[in-house]
Amino acid sequence: MGASIQINGITHRFSGKGPNVLENLVFDMAAGRSTALIGESGCGKSTLLHMLAGLMLPTEGCVRINGQQVTKPHPEWNMMFQRPGLYPWLNVRQNVALGLQFTGKTEALAQRVDEMLALVGLSDKGAARPQDLSGGQQQRVALARSLAVEPDVILLDEPFSALDAFTRRNLQLEVRHIAREKNITLVLVTHDIDEALTMGDSVVVMGRNPGTFQSVMNIDLAYPRNPIDPKFAKLREDLMARFKHSVEGQPQARQTSFDAIANNTNKIKTPAHERPLDQNNGRSSSLPLNR
Amino acid sequence: MSHSISSADIAARPRAMPWIKLRRQLMGKIAYPLIGLAILLAFWWFGGYLIASNPATQAFAGFAPAQALPQAWQLFISGTLMGTVLPSLYRIGMGLLWAILVAVPVGILVGASPVLRQITGFPFQLLRMVSPLAWMPIAVLAFATWDGAIIFLIFMAALWPILFSTAFAVQRIDPMYFKIARNFGASPLASLQRLVLPAIAPDILAGFRLALGIAWVVLVPAEYLGVTSGLGYAINDARDILAYDLLAALVLIIGIIGYLLDSVIVMLIRYLGWQNSD
Ligand SMILES: Nc1ncnc2c1ncn2[C@@H]1O[C@H](COP(=O)(O)OP(=O)(O)O)[C@@H](O)[C@H]1O
Ligand SMILES: [Mg+2]
Repeated sequence: MGASIQINGITHRFSGKGPNVLENLVFDMAAGRSTALIGESGCGKSTLLHMLAGLMLPTEGCVRINGQQVTKPHPEWNMMFQRPGLYPWLNVRQNVALGLQFTGKTEALAQRVDEMLALVGLSDKGAARPQDLSGGQQQRVALARSLAVEPDVILLDEPFSALDAFTRRNLQLEVRHIAREKNITLVLVTHDIDEALTMGDSVVVMGRNPGTFQSVMNIDLAYPRNPIDPKFAKLREDLMARFKHSVEGQPQARQTSFDAIANNTNKIKTPAHERPLDQNNGRSSSLPLNR
Repeated sequence: MSHSISSADIAARPRAMPWIKLRRQLMGKIAYPLIGLAILLAFWWFGGYLIASNPATQAFAGFAPAQALPQAWQLFISGTLMGTVLPSLYRIGMGLLWAILVAVPVGILVGASPVLRQITGFPFQLLRMVSPLAWMPIAVLAFATWDGAIIFLIFMAALWPILFSTAFAVQRIDPMYFKIARNFGASPLASLQRLVLPAIAPDILAGFRLALGIAWVVLVPAEYLGVTSGLGYAINDARDILAYDLLAALVLIIGIIGYLLDSVIVMLIRYLGWQNSD
């Protein structure tokens, strides 16, 4: 279980003559480790994650998982999105079983679904319709759906950003805990520094235009991590400084936007297509980098 | 006299609720429909009275409920009704079946492919606007049997509502659902079975309900064609032998069967629907 991920010199353009959205990304992730990618909106985090999942191919370079080049989606690596994407015509149990059915792993299906529902604490919701669950519960169902196929890698694209602070924190701790238990390699995309520090063994800071890896920080803190731990606070400061550096290092001066972040004012708006569709706009005690 | 709310008041309120609810349900489900039916009967009776009291139209007095209703009952208990209705149901069933078999796959393709949508947009809209009955001469030429021709007319009537609602439903599927399927490496067949078909099933049924309504209306004039069975033929026949009470009875029966068929579809929509949020 667990799989290593190699990002081998990825450069990406969406159109032949267009600008590089990602430029010469190189990084290795060891099996079972958790890597958080943080960066401003539009720096190419989602694009990179889609490539790790095999949902998109890079213009240059490649991704290898356990040495095997990624060319298409695979049950061994699985992506979770900001919206859970549960099928409304299926109940919770059927949604959890969906990945197993799509991947053809249908032996002892009912038993696996029971296990997964218990794991995410929704054993009593099996017959419910996903529409009737809260945002956090829906994301738990999506987590159970992903875990059911026993993936080596889970890729998370801001999956908690539409949730309230309390639910979000619980899910962060839970996902990290489960991934450690099952030795699943995690890649987490976020614009929330506390989320990166709560879940990452290392945090990669990305720059923008084109998207690049600016710096890497190893987080040597025991799990479960607590934001009021002085060491956590120290690391947060360090990470903020690195982030500031990455923003200042941009071709266009982005000082103003960084000030907005540092003052925790909501001047920088997330583009409409990235805004959560769900009821609760995630509000957090942590510092949102771009909202 | 106290204005404070006692615990008895609070307890009494929920107990009063079921009564109000039951009364409202009784009114909605039974009383109001009965009133509507009574008004319809009154108009029918009055029309029959006008016809009977005018010397010029007296020959058509059989239209009145007093003559037509016993005639309908007679048809029902004597068993001749089955012989008349079954051929009609067969034709409508076959026409609808063919319509589904063609409209659903074509609708899915048109809904899934923007290019195909562009290509078919104009011709389909044009064909849709042609009255199904306008195909009658062509149907008679193209099909060896009368049955075949009638089934073709039903097919042409039922095709478009199913096709358009299917295509529209496919376009409306949340792209996120496809991403989830792709993420698990779902095969196209599995995506069709577990994603596309369940997602569009309620809309297919809604289109089918429209189609059934149109097909049922088209059926009677289509059966004026050469056939010697079915409701349309029976009406034509009743007119030829001047049996106006029989004619009115048949009109009534056509209405009732159409209503029953529609009710079955409505029940199916309720059963299969996942879109209603109650
Ligand atoms: N399908 C696409 N076609 C063209 N440009 C795109 C596409 N998807 C994303 N982009 C652009 O690529 C850049 C990176 O996007 P994205 O990966 O979504 O960033 P992030 O997830 O970090 O916010 C953005 O400038 C965005 O506008
Ligand atoms: Mg993104």
